[in-house]
Amino acid sequence: MFLVSLRKEFLEQWRSRRLLIVAVVFVLFGLSSPLLAKMMPEFFRLMPQGDQIAKLIPPPSLADAVGQYVKNLSQFGILLAILLAMGAVSQEKERGTAALILVKPMTRGAFLLGKFAAISLSFLIAVALAGLGAYYYTVLLFEAPPLGGWVALNLLLVLVCLVYVAITLCFSAIARSQVAAAAGGFGAMLILSLAGSLPAIGSRLPHELINWGSRLALGGSQASWTALAAALLLVVLPLGLGWLSFSRQEL
Amino acid sequence: MDAIRCDGLTKTFGEVRALDGLTLTVPEGSIYGFLGPNGAGKTTTIRILTGLARASSGQARVDGVDLAQDGADLARRIGYLPEEPAFYGWMSPIEYLDYIGRIFDLDAEERRRRVSELLELVGLTDVSKRRIAGFSRGMRQRLGLAQALVNRPHVLFLDEPASALDPAGRREVLEMVEGLRGSVTVFMSTHILADVERVCDTIGIIARGRLITEAPRQELLSRYAVPAYEVETHPENAAALAAWAAALGDASWLQGVSLDGHRCRLQVADVERAGPLLMAALAQSGLPVVRYQVVRPSLEDIFLRLVNQE
Repeated sequence: MFLVSLRKEFLEQWRSRRLLIVAVVFVLFGLSSPLLAKMMPEFFRLMPQGDQIAKLIPPPSLADAVGQYVKNLSQFGILLAILLAMGAVSQEKERGTAALILVKPMTRGAFLLGKFAAISLSFLIAVALAGLGAYYYTVLLFEAPPLGGWVALNLLLVLVCLVYVAITLCFSAIARSQVAAAAGGFGAMLILSLAGSLPAIGSRLPHELINWGSRLALGGSQASWTALAAALLLVVLPLGLGWLSFSRQEL
Repeated sequence: MDAIRCDGLTKTFGEVRALDGLTLTVPEGSIYGFLGPNGAGKTTTIRILTGLARASSGQARVDGVDLAQDGADLARRIGYLPEEPAFYGWMSPIEYLDYIGRIFDLDAEERRRRVSELLELVGLTDVSKRRIAGFSRGMRQRLGLAQALVNRPHVLFLDEPASALDPAGRREVLEMVEGLRGSVTVFMSTHILADVERVCDTIGIIARGRLITEAPRQELLSRYAVPAYEVETHPENAAALAAWAAALGDASWLQGVSLDGHRCRLQVADVERAGPLLMAALAQSGLPVVRYQVVRPSLEDIFLRLVNQE
Protein backbone atom coordinates (compact mmCIF):
# COMPACT_ATOMS: atom_id res chain seq x y z
CA MET A 1 0.00 0.00 0.00
CA PHE A 2 2.97 2.29 0.67
CA LEU A 3 4.05 2.04 -2.98
CA VAL A 4 0.53 2.89 -4.19
CA SER A 5 0.56 5.95 -1.96
CA LEU A 6 4.10 6.94 -2.99
CA ARG A 7 3.25 6.61 -6.68
CA LYS A 8 0.24 8.93 -6.33
CA GLU A 9 2.10 11.43 -4.19
CA PHE A 10 5.10 11.61 -6.49
CA LEU A 11 2.81 11.99 -9.49
CA GLU A 12 1.17 14.88 -7.63
CA GLN A 13 4.58 16.47 -6.98
CA TRP A 14 5.20 16.28 -10.72
CA ARG A 15 1.79 17.39 -11.99
CA SER A 16 1.39 20.22 -9.50
CA ARG A 17 4.85 21.41 -10.61
CA ARG A 18 6.07 21.35 -7.01
CA LEU A 19 9.00 19.17 -8.03
CA LEU A 20 9.83 21.61 -10.82
CA ILE A 21 9.65 24.63 -8.48
CA VAL A 22 11.88 22.97 -5.87
CA ALA A 23 14.33 21.87 -8.57
CA VAL A 24 14.45 25.32 -10.20
CA VAL A 25 14.99 27.11 -6.86
CA PHE A 26 17.71 24.68 -5.83
CA VAL A 27 19.45 24.68 -9.20
CA LEU A 28 19.38 28.49 -9.35
CA PHE A 29 20.95 28.78 -5.93
CA GLY A 30 23.31 25.88 -6.69
CA LEU A 31 24.60 27.56 -9.84
CA SER A 32 24.71 31.05 -8.43
CA SER A 33 26.48 30.20 -5.16
CA PRO A 34 30.02 29.66 -6.55
CA LEU A 35 29.45 32.58 -8.94
CA LEU A 36 28.42 34.88 -6.10
CA ALA A 37 31.43 33.80 -4.05
CA LYS A 38 33.74 34.51 -6.97
CA MET A 39 32.16 37.86 -7.85
CA MET A 40 31.78 39.20 -4.31
CA PRO A 41 34.90 41.43 -4.46
CA GLU A 42 33.71 42.77 -7.84
CA PHE A 43 30.31 43.61 -6.33
CA PHE A 44 32.00 45.57 -3.58
CA ARG A 45 34.05 47.48 -6.13
CA LEU A 46 30.83 48.70 -7.74
CA MET A 47 29.85 50.43 -4.49
CA PRO A 48 31.06 53.94 -3.57
CA GLN A 49 34.51 53.57 -1.95
CA GLY A 50 34.07 49.86 -2.66
CA ASP A 51 37.66 49.53 -3.76
CA GLN A 52 38.87 49.98 -0.22
CA ILE A 53 36.39 47.41 1.13
CA ALA A 54 37.34 44.97 -1.62
CA LYS A 55 41.00 45.26 -0.67
CA LEU A 56 40.15 44.20 2.87
CA ILE A 57 38.40 41.04 1.68
CA PRO A 58 40.68 38.06 1.18
CA PRO A 59 40.59 36.58 -2.34
CA PRO A 60 37.62 34.23 -2.75
CA SER A 61 38.37 30.57 -2.16
CA LEU A 62 36.76 27.15 -2.34
CA ALA A 63 35.64 27.61 1.28
CA ASP A 64 33.66 30.71 0.27
CA ALA A 65 31.99 28.84 -2.58
CA VAL A 66 31.03 25.95 -0.29
CA GLY A 67 29.90 28.38 2.42
CA GLN A 68 27.69 30.30 0.00
CA TYR A 69 26.21 27.06 -1.38
CA VAL A 70 25.47 25.65 2.05
CA LYS A 71 23.94 28.91 3.31
CA ASN A 72 21.64 29.33 0.31
CA LEU A 73 20.50 25.74 0.02
CA SER A 74 19.89 25.21 3.72
CA GLN A 75 17.89 28.44 4.13
CA PHE A 76 15.71 27.97 1.09
CA GLY A 77 15.60 24.20 1.56
CA ILE A 78 14.11 24.51 5.03
CA LEU A 79 11.63 27.12 3.82
CA LEU A 80 10.54 24.88 0.94
CA ALA A 81 10.36 21.86 3.25
CA ILE A 82 7.84 23.65 5.46
CA LEU A 83 5.86 25.03 2.51
CA LEU A 84 5.65 21.64 0.79
CA ALA A 85 4.66 19.67 3.88
CA MET A 86 2.28 22.07 5.62
CA GLY A 87 -0.81 21.26 3.58
CA ALA A 88 0.07 17.69 2.70
CA VAL A 89 -2.32 16.07 5.18
CA SER A 90 -4.28 18.97 6.69
CA GLN A 91 -5.48 20.19 3.31
CA GLU A 92 -6.67 16.72 2.36
CA LYS A 93 -8.58 16.50 5.63
CA GLU A 94 -10.05 19.95 5.09
CA ARG A 95 -11.13 19.28 1.50
CA GLY A 96 -12.42 15.77 2.15
CA THR A 97 -10.10 13.95 -0.27
CA ALA A 98 -8.52 12.06 2.64
CA ALA A 99 -11.86 10.66 3.83
CA LEU A 100 -12.65 9.30 0.37
CA ILE A 101 -9.30 7.48 0.24
CA LEU A 102 -9.00 6.39 3.87
CA VAL A 103 -12.43 4.78 3.89
CA LYS A 104 -10.78 2.29 1.54
CA PRO A 105 -8.04 -0.18 2.52
CA MET A 106 -5.37 2.55 2.41
CA THR A 107 -3.80 2.61 5.89
CA ARG A 108 -3.12 5.96 7.50
CA GLY A 109 0.51 4.98 7.99
CA ALA A 110 0.97 4.30 4.26
CA PHE A 111 -0.90 7.54 3.45
CA LEU A 112 1.43 9.60 5.65
CA LEU A 113 4.63 7.76 4.74
CA GLY A 114 3.84 8.04 1.02
CA LYS A 115 3.70 11.81 1.40
CA PHE A 116 6.96 11.95 3.31
CA ALA A 117 8.72 9.69 0.82
CA ALA A 118 7.47 11.67 -2.20
CA ILE A 119 8.59 15.01 -0.75
CA SER A 120 11.93 13.42 0.21
CA LEU A 121 12.35 12.16 -3.33
CA SER A 122 11.66 15.65 -4.69
CA PHE A 123 14.33 17.09 -2.41
CA LEU A 124 16.80 14.36 -3.40
CA ILE A 125 16.29 15.07 -7.09
CA ALA A 126 16.43 18.85 -6.66
CA VAL A 127 19.54 18.77 -4.46
CA ALA A 128 21.20 16.27 -6.82
CA LEU A 129 20.68 18.67 -9.74
CA ALA A 130 21.79 21.67 -7.69
CA GLY A 131 24.81 19.74 -6.43
CA LEU A 132 25.83 18.77 -9.95
CA GLY A 133 25.54 22.34 -11.22
CA ALA A 134 27.30 23.83 -8.22
CA TYR A 135 30.10 21.25 -8.43
CA TYR A 136 30.67 22.09 -12.11
CA TYR A 137 30.85 25.85 -11.46
CA THR A 138 33.00 25.38 -8.37
CA VAL A 139 35.51 23.31 -10.35
CA LEU A 140 35.39 25.91 -13.13
CA LEU A 141 35.85 28.96 -10.89
CA PHE A 142 37.88 27.56 -7.97
CA GLU A 143 39.16 24.02 -7.62
CA ALA A 144 37.58 20.59 -7.40
CA PRO A 145 36.23 19.76 -3.93
CA PRO A 146 36.61 16.09 -2.89
CA LEU A 147 33.81 14.29 -4.74
CA GLY A 148 32.92 12.00 -1.83
CA GLY A 149 32.79 14.96 0.54
CA TRP A 150 30.65 16.94 -1.91
CA VAL A 151 28.15 14.06 -2.21
CA ALA A 152 28.09 13.70 1.58
CA LEU A 153 27.47 17.46 1.97
CA ASN A 154 24.47 17.25 -0.33
CA LEU A 155 23.04 14.19 1.41
CA LEU A 156 23.41 15.91 4.78
CA LEU A 157 21.67 19.01 3.38
CA VAL A 158 18.78 16.80 2.26
CA LEU A 159 18.61 15.23 5.71
CA VAL A 160 18.40 18.64 7.39
CA CYS A 161 15.50 19.54 5.06
CA LEU A 162 13.82 16.21 5.82
CA VAL A 163 13.84 17.01 9.53
CA TYR A 164 11.60 19.97 8.75
CA VAL A 165 9.50 17.96 6.31
CA ALA A 166 8.86 15.37 9.05
CA ILE A 167 8.12 17.96 11.75
CA THR A 168 5.76 19.96 9.51
CA LEU A 169 4.06 16.77 8.29
CA CYS A 170 3.52 15.81 11.91
CA PHE A 171 1.77 19.13 12.57
CA SER A 172 -0.12 18.75 9.29
CA ALA A 173 -1.38 15.33 10.42
CA ILE A 174 -2.36 16.63 13.85
CA ALA A 175 -3.92 19.95 12.80
CA ARG A 176 -6.95 20.61 10.64
CA SER A 177 -5.54 23.65 8.88
CA GLN A 178 -2.33 24.14 6.97
CA VAL A 179 -1.77 27.47 8.70
CA ALA A 180 -1.46 25.64 12.01
CA ALA A 181 0.90 23.11 10.39
CA ALA A 182 3.05 25.91 8.98
CA ALA A 183 3.12 27.61 12.39
CA GLY A 184 4.36 24.34 13.86
CA GLY A 185 7.07 24.03 11.20
CA PHE A 186 8.28 27.61 11.59
CA GLY A 187 8.12 27.28 15.38
CA ALA A 188 10.34 24.19 15.19
CA MET A 189 12.71 26.09 12.89
CA LEU A 190 12.96 28.92 15.41
CA ILE A 191 13.51 26.60 18.37
CA LEU A 192 16.12 24.47 16.56
CA SER A 193 17.94 27.58 15.29
CA LEU A 194 18.03 29.12 18.78
CA ALA A 195 19.07 25.84 20.39
CA GLY A 196 21.67 25.37 17.65
CA SER A 197 23.37 28.62 18.68
CA LEU A 198 23.87 27.39 22.26
CA PRO A 199 27.43 26.12 22.59
CA ALA A 200 26.58 23.23 24.87
CA ILE A 201 23.97 21.56 22.69
CA GLY A 202 24.32 23.25 19.30
CA SER A 203 26.86 20.72 18.06
CA ARG A 204 24.43 17.88 18.83
CA LEU A 205 21.51 19.23 16.80
CA PRO A 206 20.62 18.71 13.11
CA HIS A 207 21.95 22.10 11.99
CA GLU A 208 25.46 20.89 12.88
CA LEU A 209 25.11 18.52 9.90
CA ILE A 210 25.55 21.57 7.66
CA ASN A 211 28.91 22.32 9.29
CA TRP A 212 29.90 18.66 9.06
CA GLY A 213 28.97 18.61 5.38
CA SER A 214 30.99 21.77 4.75
CA ARG A 215 34.02 20.24 6.44
CA LEU A 216 33.68 17.09 4.32
CA ALA A 217 33.37 19.15 1.13
CA LEU A 218 36.57 20.97 2.05
CA GLY A 219 38.48 17.76 2.74
CA GLY A 220 38.03 17.71 6.52
CA SER A 221 37.04 14.61 8.43
CA GLN A 222 35.72 15.62 11.85
CA ALA A 223 32.38 13.83 12.17
CA SER A 224 29.23 14.84 14.08
CA TRP A 225 27.57 11.51 14.68
CA THR A 226 25.44 12.83 17.54
CA ALA A 227 23.96 15.46 15.23
CA LEU A 228 23.27 12.75 12.65
CA ALA A 229 21.52 10.61 15.26
CA ALA A 230 19.53 13.65 16.44
CA ALA A 231 18.47 14.41 12.87
CA LEU A 232 17.35 10.83 12.25
CA LEU A 233 15.47 10.86 15.54
CA LEU A 234 13.81 14.14 14.57
CA VAL A 235 12.62 12.52 11.36
CA VAL A 236 11.36 9.28 12.89
CA LEU A 237 9.82 10.74 16.04
CA PRO A 238 7.56 13.38 14.42
CA LEU A 239 6.45 10.88 11.77
CA GLY A 240 5.56 8.40 14.52
CA LEU A 241 3.73 11.05 16.52
CA GLY A 242 1.92 12.29 13.44
CA TRP A 243 0.86 8.75 12.58
CA LEU A 244 -0.35 8.10 16.14
CA SER A 245 -2.46 11.24 16.17
CA PHE A 246 -3.74 10.75 12.62
CA SER A 247 -4.73 7.13 13.32
CA ARG A 248 -6.99 8.25 16.16
CA GLN A 249 -8.66 11.05 14.27
CA GLU A 250 -12.19 10.90 12.92
CA LEU A 251 -12.50 12.15 9.38
CA MET B 1 -28.41 -12.13 6.72
CA ASP B 2 -28.85 -8.44 7.47
CA ALA B 3 -26.47 -6.20 5.58
CA ILE B 4 -26.34 -3.66 8.39
CA ARG B 5 -27.30 -4.02 12.03
CA CYS B 6 -26.93 -1.25 14.60
CA ASP B 7 -27.74 -1.74 18.22
CA GLY B 8 -27.97 1.20 20.62
CA LEU B 9 -25.49 3.34 18.71
CA THR B 10 -24.71 6.64 20.42
CA LYS B 11 -22.38 9.44 19.44
CA THR B 12 -21.75 12.52 21.51
CA PHE B 13 -19.81 15.65 20.58
CA GLY B 14 -19.25 17.33 23.93
CA GLU B 15 -22.71 18.10 25.25
CA VAL B 16 -24.41 17.35 21.94
CA ARG B 17 -25.89 13.89 21.47
CA ALA B 18 -25.82 13.34 17.71
CA LEU B 19 -26.96 9.71 17.94
CA ASP B 20 -29.09 8.57 20.82
CA GLY B 21 -29.30 4.79 20.92
CA LEU B 22 -29.83 4.22 17.22
CA THR B 23 -31.01 0.72 16.44
CA LEU B 24 -31.70 -0.31 12.87
CA THR B 25 -31.59 -3.27 10.55
CA VAL B 26 -31.01 -3.13 6.81
CA PRO B 27 -32.00 -6.26 4.88
CA GLU B 28 -29.47 -7.60 2.41
CA GLY B 29 -30.09 -6.50 -1.18
CA SER B 30 -32.41 -3.65 -0.25
CA ILE B 31 -32.20 0.00 -1.16
CA TYR B 32 -32.66 1.52 2.25
CA GLY B 33 -33.74 5.13 2.47
CA PHE B 34 -32.41 6.72 5.63
CA LEU B 35 -34.70 9.67 5.97
CA GLY B 36 -34.45 12.54 8.38
CA PRO B 37 -34.44 16.31 8.68
CA ASN B 38 -31.15 18.21 8.61
CA GLY B 39 -29.13 17.56 11.76
CA ALA B 40 -30.99 14.35 12.61
CA GLY B 41 -27.80 12.26 12.67
CA LYS B 42 -27.78 10.77 9.16
CA THR B 43 -24.21 11.72 8.22
CA THR B 44 -22.91 10.78 11.67
CA THR B 45 -24.48 7.34 11.27
CA ILE B 46 -22.85 6.85 7.86
CA ARG B 47 -19.46 8.06 9.12
CA ILE B 48 -19.62 5.51 11.93
CA LEU B 49 -20.79 2.68 9.68
CA THR B 50 -17.99 3.36 7.19
CA GLY B 51 -15.33 3.48 9.91
CA LEU B 52 -14.55 7.20 9.49
CA ALA B 53 -15.82 7.93 13.00
CA ARG B 54 -16.20 5.91 16.18
CA ALA B 55 -19.41 5.41 18.12
CA SER B 56 -19.39 6.57 21.74
CA SER B 57 -21.26 3.39 22.64
CA GLY B 58 -23.33 0.64 21.08
CA GLN B 59 -22.56 -1.97 18.46
CA ALA B 60 -22.78 -2.20 14.71
CA ARG B 61 -22.12 -4.84 12.08
CA VAL B 62 -21.82 -4.18 8.37
CA ASP B 63 -21.88 -7.18 6.04
CA GLY B 64 -21.11 -9.38 9.04
CA VAL B 65 -18.08 -7.35 10.12
CA ASP B 66 -18.08 -6.03 13.66
CA LEU B 67 -17.05 -2.38 13.37
CA ALA B 68 -15.18 -2.49 16.65
CA GLN B 69 -13.04 -5.41 15.46
CA ASP B 70 -11.87 -5.29 11.87
CA GLY B 71 -11.64 -1.98 10.04
CA ALA B 72 -9.48 -3.30 7.20
CA ASP B 73 -11.94 -6.06 6.37
CA LEU B 74 -14.81 -3.58 6.42
CA ALA B 75 -13.02 -1.27 3.97
CA ARG B 76 -12.88 -4.05 1.36
CA ARG B 77 -16.63 -4.75 1.60
CA ILE B 78 -18.10 -1.28 1.38
CA GLY B 79 -18.36 1.65 -1.00
CA TYR B 80 -18.90 5.23 0.16
CA LEU B 81 -20.08 8.38 -1.55
CA PRO B 82 -20.19 11.51 0.61
CA GLU B 83 -22.61 14.36 -0.07
CA GLU B 84 -19.97 16.41 -1.89
CA PRO B 85 -17.16 14.09 -2.93
CA ALA B 86 -13.73 15.73 -3.17
CA PHE B 87 -11.17 14.52 -5.69
CA TYR B 88 -7.64 15.38 -6.72
CA GLY B 89 -8.34 18.04 -9.32
CA TRP B 90 -5.11 17.37 -11.20
CA MET B 91 -6.16 13.80 -11.97
CA SER B 92 -8.43 12.61 -14.76
CA PRO B 93 -11.31 10.19 -14.00
CA ILE B 94 -9.27 7.33 -15.50
CA GLU B 95 -6.33 8.13 -13.27
CA TYR B 96 -8.48 8.50 -10.18
CA LEU B 97 -10.33 5.23 -10.69
CA ASP B 98 -7.05 3.49 -11.53
CA TYR B 99 -5.61 4.81 -8.25
CA ILE B 100 -8.62 3.44 -6.35
CA GLY B 101 -8.17 0.12 -8.18
CA ARG B 102 -4.56 0.01 -7.01
CA ILE B 103 -5.69 0.62 -3.42
CA PHE B 104 -7.97 -2.41 -3.78
CA ASP B 105 -5.05 -4.39 -5.14
CA LEU B 106 -6.64 -5.08 -8.53
CA ASP B 107 -4.15 -6.24 -11.16
CA ALA B 108 -3.49 -4.10 -14.24
CA GLU B 109 -5.89 -5.96 -16.54
CA GLU B 110 -8.70 -6.03 -14.00
CA ARG B 111 -8.17 -2.33 -13.28
CA ARG B 112 -8.33 -1.40 -16.94
CA ARG B 113 -11.53 -3.41 -17.44
CA ARG B 114 -13.22 -2.15 -14.27
CA VAL B 115 -12.34 1.50 -14.91
CA SER B 116 -13.74 1.28 -18.42
CA GLU B 117 -16.95 -0.45 -17.18
CA LEU B 118 -17.54 2.14 -14.48
CA LEU B 119 -16.89 5.13 -16.73
CA GLU B 120 -19.46 3.69 -19.11
CA LEU B 121 -21.92 3.09 -16.28
CA VAL B 122 -21.76 6.67 -15.00
CA GLY B 123 -21.54 8.21 -18.45
CA LEU B 124 -18.10 9.77 -18.15
CA THR B 125 -16.34 7.90 -20.95
CA ASP B 126 -16.22 10.98 -23.17
CA VAL B 127 -14.49 13.07 -20.51
CA SER B 128 -12.37 10.30 -19.06
CA LYS B 129 -9.11 12.10 -19.84
CA ARG B 130 -10.16 15.57 -18.75
CA ARG B 131 -8.94 17.05 -15.48
CA ILE B 132 -11.46 16.54 -12.67
CA ALA B 133 -10.87 20.16 -11.54
CA GLY B 134 -13.10 21.36 -14.40
CA PHE B 135 -16.00 19.00 -13.66
CA SER B 136 -19.49 20.16 -12.76
CA ARG B 137 -21.16 19.05 -9.55
CA GLY B 138 -23.18 16.42 -11.37
CA MET B 139 -20.10 14.97 -13.05
CA ARG B 140 -18.31 14.83 -9.72
CA GLN B 141 -21.25 13.01 -8.18
CA ARG B 142 -21.21 10.47 -11.01
CA LEU B 143 -17.48 9.99 -10.60
CA GLY B 144 -18.10 9.64 -6.87
CA LEU B 145 -20.52 6.83 -7.54
CA ALA B 146 -17.99 5.14 -9.85
CA GLN B 147 -15.19 5.28 -7.26
CA ALA B 148 -17.53 3.79 -4.67
CA LEU B 149 -18.16 0.80 -6.93
CA VAL B 150 -14.58 -0.05 -7.96
CA ASN B 151 -14.30 -2.94 -5.49
CA ARG B 152 -17.80 -4.33 -6.23
CA PRO B 153 -18.91 -3.53 -2.67
CA HIS B 154 -21.46 -5.60 -0.80
CA VAL B 155 -22.84 -2.52 0.92
CA LEU B 156 -22.90 0.94 -0.64
CA PHE B 157 -23.27 4.03 1.55
CA LEU B 158 -24.63 7.12 -0.18
CA ASP B 159 -24.82 10.29 1.88
CA GLU B 160 -27.36 12.66 0.35
CA PRO B 161 -26.27 11.57 -3.13
CA ALA B 162 -28.58 13.91 -5.03
CA SER B 163 -29.31 16.74 -2.61
CA ALA B 164 -26.87 19.23 -4.12
CA LEU B 165 -27.81 18.53 -7.73
CA ASP B 166 -30.18 20.20 -10.16
CA PRO B 167 -33.29 18.20 -11.22
CA ALA B 168 -31.54 16.67 -14.26
CA GLY B 169 -28.50 15.67 -12.22
CA ARG B 170 -30.72 14.25 -9.50
CA ARG B 171 -32.62 12.13 -11.98
CA GLU B 172 -29.37 10.77 -13.46
CA VAL B 173 -27.91 9.82 -10.09
CA LEU B 174 -31.15 8.25 -8.86
CA GLU B 175 -31.47 6.24 -12.05
CA MET B 176 -27.96 4.91 -11.48
CA VAL B 177 -28.82 3.99 -7.90
CA GLU B 178 -31.96 2.28 -9.11
CA GLY B 179 -29.85 0.35 -11.60
CA LEU B 180 -27.89 -1.15 -8.72
CA ARG B 181 -30.97 -2.85 -7.26
CA GLY B 182 -30.28 -6.49 -6.55
CA SER B 183 -26.53 -6.33 -7.01
CA VAL B 184 -25.64 -4.44 -3.84
CA THR B 185 -27.26 -3.30 -0.60
CA VAL B 186 -27.66 0.47 -0.74
CA PHE B 187 -27.91 2.61 2.37
CA MET B 188 -28.95 6.05 1.19
CA SER B 189 -29.39 9.00 3.49
CA THR B 190 -31.48 11.92 2.32
CA HIS B 191 -33.90 14.57 3.44
CA ILE B 192 -35.59 14.61 0.03
CA LEU B 193 -38.72 12.49 0.26
CA ALA B 194 -39.27 12.30 -3.46
CA ASP B 195 -35.89 10.58 -3.85
CA VAL B 196 -36.79 7.97 -1.27
CA GLU B 197 -40.22 7.36 -2.76
CA ARG B 198 -38.63 6.92 -6.13
CA VAL B 199 -35.88 4.38 -5.43
CA CYS B 200 -36.03 2.97 -1.90
CA ASP B 201 -37.81 -0.23 -0.98
CA THR B 202 -37.18 0.02 2.76
CA ILE B 203 -37.34 3.19 4.80
CA GLY B 204 -35.96 4.22 8.17
CA ILE B 205 -36.88 7.60 9.61
CA ILE B 206 -34.49 9.25 12.03
CA ALA B 207 -35.02 12.35 14.14
CA ARG B 208 -32.82 13.73 16.92
CA GLY B 209 -30.47 10.75 16.70
CA ARG B 210 -33.14 8.11 17.18
CA LEU B 211 -34.91 5.85 14.72
CA ILE B 212 -38.61 6.65 14.78
CA THR B 213 -39.74 3.92 12.48
CA GLU B 214 -38.40 1.39 10.00
CA ALA B 215 -40.35 -0.68 7.51
CA PRO B 216 -40.68 -1.61 3.85
CA ARG B 217 -42.03 1.41 1.95
CA GLN B 218 -45.44 -0.07 1.17
CA GLU B 219 -45.92 -1.33 4.70
CA LEU B 220 -45.04 2.11 6.04
CA LEU B 221 -47.50 3.78 3.74
CA SER B 222 -50.32 1.41 4.70
CA ARG B 223 -49.44 1.46 8.40
CA TYR B 224 -49.84 5.20 8.51
CA ALA B 225 -52.52 5.33 5.85
CA VAL B 226 -54.77 7.83 7.54
CA PRO B 227 -57.16 8.97 4.83
CA ALA B 228 -57.68 12.63 4.13
CA TYR B 229 -59.86 15.00 2.12
CA GLU B 230 -58.26 17.70 0.09
CA VAL B 231 -60.19 20.88 -0.53
CA GLU B 232 -59.01 23.53 -2.95
CA THR B 233 -60.45 26.98 -3.52
CA HIS B 234 -59.41 29.99 -5.62
CA PRO B 235 -56.14 31.65 -4.54
CA GLU B 236 -57.98 34.82 -3.54
CA ASN B 237 -60.02 32.78 -1.04
CA ALA B 238 -56.98 31.49 0.85
CA ALA B 239 -57.73 33.61 3.93
CA ALA B 240 -61.37 32.53 4.00
CA LEU B 241 -60.29 28.89 3.68
CA ALA B 242 -57.90 29.29 6.61
CA ALA B 243 -60.64 30.84 8.73
CA TRP B 244 -63.04 28.06 7.80
CA ALA B 245 -60.45 25.38 8.65
CA ALA B 246 -59.77 27.01 11.99
CA ALA B 247 -63.51 27.20 12.71
CA LEU B 248 -63.82 23.43 12.24
CA GLY B 249 -61.97 23.26 15.53
CA ASP B 250 -62.17 19.98 17.40
CA ALA B 251 -64.81 18.29 15.26
CA SER B 252 -64.97 14.65 16.33
CA TRP B 253 -64.58 13.34 12.77
CA LEU B 254 -61.44 15.41 12.17
CA GLN B 255 -57.93 14.24 13.09
CA GLY B 256 -55.82 17.03 11.71
CA VAL B 257 -55.75 19.98 9.33
CA SER B 258 -52.89 21.27 7.25
CA LEU B 259 -53.04 24.35 5.07
CA ASP B 260 -51.00 25.14 1.98
CA GLY B 261 -52.21 28.49 0.61
CA HIS B 262 -55.56 27.94 -1.05
CA ARG B 263 -55.40 24.17 -0.46
CA CYS B 264 -56.43 22.44 2.71
CA ARG B 265 -55.89 18.84 3.75
CA LEU B 266 -58.18 17.36 6.37
CA GLN B 267 -57.18 14.05 7.93
CA VAL B 268 -60.14 12.01 9.03
CA ALA B 269 -60.66 8.80 10.96
CA ASP B 270 -63.54 7.51 8.89
CA VAL B 271 -64.04 8.62 5.29
CA GLU B 272 -67.67 7.43 5.12
CA ARG B 273 -68.72 9.27 8.23
CA ALA B 274 -66.68 12.40 7.60
CA GLY B 275 -67.77 12.87 3.97
CA PRO B 276 -71.32 14.20 4.49
CA LEU B 277 -70.28 16.26 7.51
CA LEU B 278 -67.48 17.89 5.55
CA MET B 279 -69.77 18.61 2.61
CA ALA B 280 -72.27 20.23 4.94
CA ALA B 281 -69.59 22.36 6.56
CA LEU B 282 -68.34 23.47 3.15
CA ALA B 283 -71.82 24.29 1.92
CA GLN B 284 -72.48 26.33 5.02
CA SER B 285 -69.25 28.32 4.55
CA GLY B 286 -70.13 29.41 1.03
CA LEU B 287 -66.55 28.93 -0.12
CA PRO B 288 -66.19 28.36 -3.88
CA VAL B 289 -64.69 24.86 -4.13
CA VAL B 290 -62.43 24.17 -7.11
CA ARG B 291 -61.41 20.66 -6.06
CA TYR B 292 -62.66 18.21 -3.48
CA GLN B 293 -61.26 14.69 -3.23
CA VAL B 294 -60.24 11.85 -0.97
CA VAL B 295 -56.47 11.39 -0.94
CA ARG B 296 -54.10 8.74 0.35
CA PRO B 297 -51.23 10.00 2.51
CA SER B 298 -47.88 10.53 0.86
CA LEU B 299 -44.56 9.62 2.40
CA GLU B 300 -44.16 13.32 3.09
CA ASP B 301 -47.31 13.31 5.24
CA ILE B 302 -46.05 10.32 7.19
CA PHE B 303 -42.58 11.78 7.57
CA LEU B 304 -43.83 15.15 8.79
CA ARG B 305 -46.29 13.55 11.13
CA LEU B 306 -43.71 11.23 12.68
CA VAL B 307 -40.99 13.86 12.94
CA ASN B 308 -43.38 16.40 14.43
CA GLN B 309 -44.60 13.84 16.95
CA GLU B 310 -40.99 13.38 18.05
